Amino acid sequence: MKKLSARRRHPLAAVVVLLLALAATGGLYAAFAPADKAQADDTAQSLAIDEGKKLYAVGCSSCHGTGGQGSSDGPSLVGVGAAAVDFQVGTGRMPLQQQGAQAPKKKVIYNQAQIDQLAAYISSLGAGPSVPTEKQYNPDGADIAKGGELFRTNCAQCHNFTGEGGALTHGKFAPSLEGVSPKHIYEAMQTGPQNMPSFPDTTMPEKEKKDIIAYLDAVNGEKTQSPGGLKLGGLGPVSEGLFGWIFGLGSLIAVAVWVAARTAKAKKS
Amino acid sequence: MSSDNKKKAPAGERVADWADGRLGIYSLAKANMRKIFPDHWSFMLGEICLYSFIIIILTGVYLTLFFHPSMNEVEYHGSYVPLQGQLMSEAFNSTMHISFDVRGGLLIRQIHHWAALIFLAGMFVHMMRVFFTGAFRKPREVNWLFGFLLFVLGMFTGFTGYSLPDDLLSGTGVRFMQGAILSVPVVGTYLSMFLFGGEFPGGDFVARFYSVHILLLPGIMLGLMVAHLILVFYHKHTQFAGPGKTNKNVVGMPLLPVYMAKAGGFFFLVFGVIAAISAIASINPIWALGPYRPDQVSTGAQPDWYMGFSEGLIRVMPGWEINLWGHTLVLGVFIPLVIFPLVLVTIAVYPFIESWVTGDKREHHVLDRPRNVPTRTAFGVAWITWYMVLLIGGGNDLWATHFHLSINAITWFVRIGFFVAPVIAFIVTKRICLGLQRRDKDKVLHGRESGIIKRLPHGEFIEVHEPLDQGQLHTLTAHEQYAPVEIGPTVDENGVERKVSGSQKLRAKLSKGYYGEDNQIPKPTAEEYKEITSGHGHH
Amino acid sequence: MSSQEIPEENLPSKQVTEPEHGSVAVADENPFADPGLPPHQHRIQDIDERAAKRSERAIAFMFMLSMLATVGFIAAFVTIPADKSVFIWPIGHISGLNFALGMTLGLALFCIGAGAVHWARTLMSDVEVADERHPIEAEPEVRAKVMADFKAGAEESQFGRRKLIRNTMFGALALVPLSGVVLLRDLGPLPEDKLRHTKWAKGKKLVNMNTHEPLRPSDVQVGSLTFAMPEGMSEHDHDFQTQIAKAALMIVRIQPENIKDKRELEWSHEGVVAYSKICTHVGCPISLYEQQTHHVLCPCHQSTFDLSDGARVIFGPAGHALPQLRIGVNEEGYLEALGDFEEPVGPAFFERG
Repeated sequence: MKKLSARRRHPLAAVVVLLLALAATGGLYAAFAPADKAQADDTAQSLAIDEGKKLYAVGCSSCHGTGGQGSSDGPSLVGVGAAAVDFQVGTGRMPLQQQGAQAPKKKVIYNQAQIDQLAAYISSLGAGPSVPTEKQYNPDGADIAKGGELFRTNCAQCHNFTGEGGALTHGKFAPSLEGVSPKHIYEAMQTGPQNMPSFPDTTMPEKEKKDIIAYLDAVNGEKTQSPGGLKLGGLGPVSEGLFGWIFGLGSLIAVAVWVAARTAKAKKS
Repeated sequence: MSSDNKKKAPAGERVADWADGRLGIYSLAKANMRKIFPDHWSFMLGEICLYSFIIIILTGVYLTLFFHPSMNEVEYHGSYVPLQGQLMSEAFNSTMHISFDVRGGLLIRQIHHWAALIFLAGMFVHMMRVFFTGAFRKPREVNWLFGFLLFVLGMFTGFTGYSLPDDLLSGTGVRFMQGAILSVPVVGTYLSMFLFGGEFPGGDFVARFYSVHILLLPGIMLGLMVAHLILVFYHKHTQFAGPGKTNKNVVGMPLLPVYMAKAGGFFFLVFGVIAAISAIASINPIWALGPYRPDQVSTGAQPDWYMGFSEGLIRVMPGWEINLWGHTLVLGVFIPLVIFPLVLVTIAVYPFIESWVTGDKREHHVLDRPRNVPTRTAFGVAWITWYMVLLIGGGNDLWATHFHLSINAITWFVRIGFFVAPVIAFIVTKRICLGLQRRDKDKVLHGRESGIIKRLPHGEFIEVHEPLDQGQLHTLTAHEQYAPVEIGPTVDENGVERKVSGSQKLRAKLSKGYYGEDNQIPKPTAEEYKEITSGHGHH
Repeated sequence: MSSQEIPEENLPSKQVTEPEHGSVAVADENPFADPGLPPHQHRIQDIDERAAKRSERAIAFMFMLSMLATVGFIAAFVTIPADKSVFIWPIGHISGLNFALGMTLGLALFCIGAGAVHWARTLMSDVEVADERHPIEAEPEVRAKVMADFKAGAEESQFGRRKLIRNTMFGALALVPLSGVVLLRDLGPLPEDKLRHTKWAKGKKLVNMNTHEPLRPSDVQVGSLTFAMPEGMSEHDHDFQTQIAKAALMIVRIQPENIKDKRELEWSHEGVVAYSKICTHVGCPISLYEQQTHHVLCPCHQSTFDLSDGARVIFGPAGHALPQLRIGVNEEGYLEALGDFEEPVGPAFFERG
């Protein structure tokens, strides 16, 4: 402690305090920042529309209306189909916590059985895309390279080269596709959630959707290799520039400080 | 040794004698072998640039051995699976080959690119160091311009290099450049057709950029860099004020051996750090970006950082377009295209403005502390702020996604900040500088706060101040202070009105802004010092 | 010139230099005299031979390490396959070869540098030396000599006297670079009306970029986004890149009652509208379509267009609306173009009008 108080007038003391404060703030933020990992489990069951209707009345009707006809707070759900329900509720986007530019992905609050019941009820209101079967979205054997070309034509403009996400107007954004299950990617392409346009089978057949899913798995999956080293978020020159400045030039300046610094003198205590 | 010398000179000496007889190396060595270089970390920033430039040339030569600067369409059959069978240009294909099939090719590519980013970042910081310490003053104005040109040429060399792999990201950048060229009144379409050999993208630009990137621009840069270094040697290095350091000497260590080892060693340190970074962090992963197609794009399309401010300019500009007499003035693109060089020129011409305002024609070899020249420092910070605001604009989409903001709001922030932020930065910096000057004055007169609290017999607590030693006192007061220039009476002694030109008035005004009453804190005088130190009971 | 007049600035004397009218007076008054260079202090290595030995060993160790790293580099180059992927925490799955080569090369280089610098810092003399500076500008005698020499040379050449020679030489020198400029002419063709035409023409079907099949109106659903090119184009065409840079098309469907622009409605087919995919700002492929608002955003510079209102610009740096392609349906029921774009696609240019 004595040592500490003796050094608090050191010219670098302010820098040290600042660094400590920054580290503390960052640590606190990391500890309290809301985590957004959500994963739906895959237990499919058929359940009565009635069960879904009950769930709907409690969780959804305040915005979407008692019969799914929509209100000023939420669009009509007639004809959106089971796939849309499975995507929106299965990724935690619905039910909405608060009105905003866009519904973000969050913790899923219904289990898969309940989601299926809700989906059954909504699809009873009007025909729409049904939840895809595993055969439809399983990317095994799909053409990855073709998927890449399709991705760059149809998806990269919003979701970035490898699906890291990007900005849209007025606070809306295209989310990152990292860790999104093939089923949900398929459903999103099929139904066009929120402001995303849909890519129906008429213009993008099932096989091509599989190609895209396979490409995403290859370039942004768990086992994706980044041969050159740290991916730096896959965001391109901005993060590269930041890294170059902070770690590249930063470490070179640190080295320069060492090169030019005076060597310890013998007299010093 | 000396007896050895008399008999027969050792081999090394004989070689040196041989060379001297032909090249006159001894007179060169006489002047330079024990040349003195002052020690300060900020004096090594230029070396970072020099060494990263050498690294770029070495790795660049290696890359040319494998790169095919051609836009002929080929199908990919290399080892990267997600691009199998895709159509791409030979340029992209050969870059894929370098990255995946040439052993160590990826490393060299990454060293080349990382070194380029660091080269430009280094030049930026080096330039700022020279700026804020006033090292650009006479006799170094020409070298300042050489350095500035190197920075600008470095930007364009970087941009042409970034475009060579013909990937989707760089292709988008080239498209932007072509659109900007089209906006030039009268000759825009012609320039574009001539540059691209026809319509965009055509089949020529990679080959053309290649010769510009590997020959034309680096050739000019090499020449400028040699000239820059010769001038550094010729002028001898500047130094910070301190005991024993005057405007007529340079204090430091000799080139042989200390700086030979330090500067030579620093080359290896820089190369080593950049090589390690290239082992750890990926840069420009073209395989993830895919080959260029003019109908494809990715969000987050940005240039490398040094072009980021131009990206900011173009992003925040309102879409003005004037149609007159069957012609279009594309101001929404052309104005940013004009402001782009102006941003750079603003900082480049500053030294000449300052020397005009001060009218100072003497040589300056002792560096300023930024706080002692508040107006210059404030100008520099304002310029950096301006640059940074534009950089924010250039990355507005990533700011939006990572800080959950609206891209439109950021764009408006940048539009306003473009005009307002530099002014605020100027005022704030000037205040801070003056505050620091006051603190220096305090330190000189009252000594340094020791952190020791003492209780006086009557109960009062005081902090003990330690007086500074002579060297510190000298260092803190070594800077000279200018007096503002006066226009003088506008009427001469005979009552005849004297003509005062507008430029004289402007100069007087600027000079007042620099050195007027509230724009610098008068240095403590010896009398003040004596008065205070002889008195008692000071706190 | 005036450097001689400037006094020793570190002396505590009062000087005011006013060499010429209008230049700034320098009130140079340094109250605290320069004590001169502080005496040299010895480093530990200077007085303690054991410390010096330690330094020597450390330096030699670094040079040895560098040698080992180079051997490691060669070993890695020979033994690690180029496609070997390794997991290194916290970097992730990366190329083993790249990492090994970079690290060994980095270490080999860094150690040489670190050794040399450590040597300079701890063992080489650290006595600070002062070197005299001399003014950059020449002494007046030198200046006079140069001026006289130049004058003599200029006079001997008769440059100033024989104006005819001088002027014709200037003329010749001014003209000769023109050959170089003229040679640049064949860098590219003249613009003519190339920027005004695309591959679209009356009767060309709209071919889906994904499936390469012609599109029917029923394929395009409300809220969907489709990209098309003119029939007869192929990725293998030698001019595909140049043509698609102008012809790329973006197709959406908007309920006819939601289309605000009259011409847009007229040029659409049952709410299917086709717009150029190339941004009118600087030519990025714009296609960030928000299906609820019908806005498209450009990913490069954020120009925003309202597709339900003639694609007019509602935000950002673009200067005019996206060109719309007039479409209809042919007798087989496929969507077809009813002509080329009526205005040039892509960025504006001077002759655009």
